Amino acid sequence: MNFLLAIIIGILYGAGTYMILRRSLVKVILGLIFLGHAANLLIFTIGRLTKGAPAFIPQGAETLAEPYADPLPQALILTAIVIGFGVQAFAIVLFKRTYQTVGTDDLDKMKSTDELK
Amino acid sequence: MINQIIILPIILPLIFAVTMLFFWRSVAVHRYINLFGTLVSLVVSIIILVQVISEGIISLQVGSWQAPFGISIVADLLSTVMVVITAVIGFATALYSIGTIDPDREKYLYYPLLQFLLMGINGAFLTGDIFNLYVWFEVMLISSFVLLVLGGTRGQFEGAIKYVTLNLLSSAIFLAAVGILYGVAGTLNMADLARRIPFVEQKELLTVVSVLFMIAFGVKAAIFPLFFWLPASYHTPPVAVSAIFAGLLTKVGVYALIRFFTTIFVHDIGFTHNLLLISAVLTMLTGVLGAAAQSDFRKILSFHIISQIGYMILGLALFSPLAIAGAIFYIIHHIIVKTNLFFVSGVVDKMKGSFDLNKLGGVYKFYPLLGLLFLIPALSLAGIPPLSGFWAKFVVIKAGLEVQEYFVIGIALLVGLLTLFSMTKIWNEVFWKDDPRGYENHLDESYKQITSTKKYLVIAPIVFLALITIIIGFYAEPFFKYANDAAEQLINSSVYINSVLGMR
Amino acid sequence: MMFSVILSTASRYLLPLLLIFSFFLLLRGHNEPGGGFVGGLVAAAAYALYFIANGVYEAEKLLKAEPIKIISLGLLIAILSTIPSIIIGQNFMTGVWLDINFPVIGKIGTPLFFDVGVYLLVLGITLKIIFSLAEEDK
Repeated sequence: MNFLLAIIIGILYGAGTYMILRRSLVKVILGLIFLGHAANLLIFTIGRLTKGAPAFIPQGAETLAEPYADPLPQALILTAIVIGFGVQAFAIVLFKRTYQTVGTDDLDKMKSTDELK
Repeated sequence: MINQIIILPIILPLIFAVTMLFFWRSVAVHRYINLFGTLVSLVVSIIILVQVISEGIISLQVGSWQAPFGISIVADLLSTVMVVITAVIGFATALYSIGTIDPDREKYLYYPLLQFLLMGINGAFLTGDIFNLYVWFEVMLISSFVLLVLGGTRGQFEGAIKYVTLNLLSSAIFLAAVGILYGVAGTLNMADLARRIPFVEQKELLTVVSVLFMIAFGVKAAIFPLFFWLPASYHTPPVAVSAIFAGLLTKVGVYALIRFFTTIFVHDIGFTHNLLLISAVLTMLTGVLGAAAQSDFRKILSFHIISQIGYMILGLALFSPLAIAGAIFYIIHHIIVKTNLFFVSGVVDKMKGSFDLNKLGGVYKFYPLLGLLFLIPALSLAGIPPLSGFWAKFVVIKAGLEVQEYFVIGIALLVGLLTLFSMTKIWNEVFWKDDPRGYENHLDESYKQITSTKKYLVIAPIVFLALITIIIGFYAEPFFKYANDAAEQLINSSVYINSVLGMR
Repeated sequence: MMFSVILSTASRYLLPLLLIFSFFLLLRGHNEPGGGFVGGLVAAAAYALYFIANGVYEAEKLLKAEPIKIISLGLLIAILSTIPSIIIGQNFMTGVWLDINFPVIGKIGTPLFFDVGVYLLVLGITLKIIFSLAEEDK
């Protein structure tokens, strides 16, 4: 399972990197989404995969019984997904508005702010 | 219960922003709430500073969850000083915005966004947990994205695309680094990390993580070679937005770099800090050379942000107590001065209707006072004694001489000289030479319709910040003492660790 | 936009069902899967379905309040839920629970109010995104 996830993460990073290097706005946003998912899966994998119970101490017991799942990576991913959702929704609206204002989705044609006057 | 007060710089902007949202149709109310809010934040942050100076580091475990498990809010001297400066800039920008922001932008929730931005910045300064830092970064970024495109001109969108894409990329790298760090060290609390990192066995992996963090924060701090989004976007929004971005946003990245590479990642100084040193030198050089080629008021200033970031990173990379104190002093000085220069550029634009140096001229002849108000921050930026910039550069360079990095110091001095050249260029073109349209006082049509109350509101923050620059310049001693104490706290992390984890 | 009688009729009956389900998710969220965020998303999805079936005007009319009002109300409730912890002298945002057990809901405490705030915030923001994307296309 670890191996499989590692390969998936690799593919996501590869695809994401390839996509953000493209000139089209739509592909760039797709690339950013891939990179976000890759990071989430990376946290998930690196936080140790276990088929464990939730980390609740049962009534009457003093310590956790093995095996239990580490709740922190899950909390991190949950937060990261929520934030990613918000940011990506904003980015999509922004990219759409940009397309309407500038009239092209080719990034190479959007360099008026970089030019020397 | 006194430690509860350190949550206020984060929660107050939120409260004021929500209050404004409830009156979202009446823009006039927004202005006053915003002004009042930034003033309250300023007072509160000064109270916290006094507390931290007298009692040492204050920490708060949010939700009463014990330290390495819950989220800690920590106010050490560096964080608190940054919060105070943020409040000062917030207050100045609130005044300036009333005078300059157009009603359309005000209607689209400009002021609440400003408060959300301040909340994100303060959160990033005060948190003691790396994942929480990520969250505050995102709060700050989202508000800055919206502020950047508010108004929707073509230039704004083109700049925003680059700004948004690169910052999202850096967030993804940040997140990956957080994940790997948790896998390696098993904790994300900064104090706990500082305690555990010396015992981590996989030092190579740790170095990889530290470089990932360096890249993530490097994008936000605009260090070489990750700065390209900055000159592409910072000159596009209204001046008030440019100014608060120029003053604060990149400095959050610098703050994070300083925090991480003094308290947490000091296991391989030979590699990481050398990398920072090389980057710092190239940042200084490319920034100042980029500025030399430009002929737009705000673009020159944008490139100078980059070159000045180089000095701060240089202080961090030299890694002696004096050098880090110099970097902290530099941040304090730079935030004030840079914001002020942007404010002045906005006033010139309101008068003459342009930022293009070739079209400007003759401002000094009719407005000598404005010329003086430009010269104070400009000469301070270049490092002319006795203004604040001189002491900042002096300390960094003295620290460099102590560790015998003569080549680097030579570059730093050269960059100082080139900065002076740039500032003289602006002075010559905007203030000294005659207006290309003739000898009379040419003013933009819209300028004549601005009421005198608004004009005072625009000049007031410029005078306020210029006064602070002068005060830092003439009474550098106490400021430097606190910068020194802050550096001391960063390098001897045991005080920080004990305060957060509650050990004696 | 294409109009479908089946979808339009179905959405009218699905909307209250989905809203009830979203409340259910909100209330069970403290110790079991669910919570304010998911609940808010389900509620927003309910309105989104209604909007797909009947168009944006109908959906906005049905909502009655503007999304931004919902957002500010949610934020306000979330902020207010942090005050009891300060009053009883605990650390900021410490959960404060009443000792009485209520039927259906169980215990009531500040985390519940915080979750209600999150619910409204998520609902408001998702609707704001959907509406602003939809209004532009016309």
